[in-house]
Amino acid sequence: MAEGVKPRVKVPKSASAGEVITIKTLISHKMESGQRKDGDGNPIARSIINRFVADFNGQNVIDVTLEPAISTNPYFQFEATVPESGEFTFTWYDDDGSVYETTKSIEVS
Amino acid sequence: MTLTRRDVFVLGSAAFAGTALAGMPAFASATDDLIAEFTGGAEAGSGALVLTAPEIAENGNTVPIEVDAPGAVAVAIFADGNPVPAVATFNFGPLNPSRSASTRIRLAKSQNVIAVAKMEDGSFVRADAAVKVTIGGCGG
Repeated sequence: MAEGVKPRVKVPKSASAGEVITIKTLISHKMESGQRKDGDGNPIARSIINRFVADFNGQNVIDVTLEPAISTNPYFQFEATVPESGEFTFTWYDDDGSVYETTKSIEVS
Repeated sequence: MTLTRRDVFVLGSAAFAGTALAGMPAFASATDDLIAEFTGGAEAGSGALVLTAPEIAENGNTVPIEVDAPGAVAVAIFADGNPVPAVATFNFGPLNPSRSASTRIRLAKSQNVIAVAKMEDGSFVRADAAVKVTIGGCGG
């Protein structure tokens, strides 16, 4: 597991039914591209997050495939429709097999 | 024929120019191959796809980009001057109304960023944006 990986997600606490909300996500990760070399000229092995998925109550919102060209601390902003109260699940998949997950609930009135 | 210093220099630079030229189309075709793989060989037209990228990026390590593709199922992003041209693929789910997303990408040098969207009817739409990069983002 890469060190110091911390997901941060911004979701409004409440919304009206069917409203379109904006979600911002950021996860601290060095996203080593596999292109860089260390001081001795040896290539540094690739270590990135290769997939990010956001779901709401089991329904998919966005599913992103990441390549090494995504910057350090991958950031995503996107929109979602919220038909009812429920929970957003955000999942990041690391090259090394680790899975980072965080959830946010939203109140729909 | 005897080779003078000048002849050797001219020959050398000609050979260098030759390899440089041969190298360039290889890069471009790698991107084209990836696009063809994504579209399944279909021709990508222009349409309801907006790719927003800065004209000049001071730092190639974090270049903010945004895609806005109403009616798209998936959008793939490519950077034709990067060692690995593929950047990201966004697959939009049923709860995503606007089919837009923004992120930050790495660009090794000044180049074209290309977005290809797969629409709901199975057609493909393409948008290009040229980005000038002041400091490259590949740690080279």
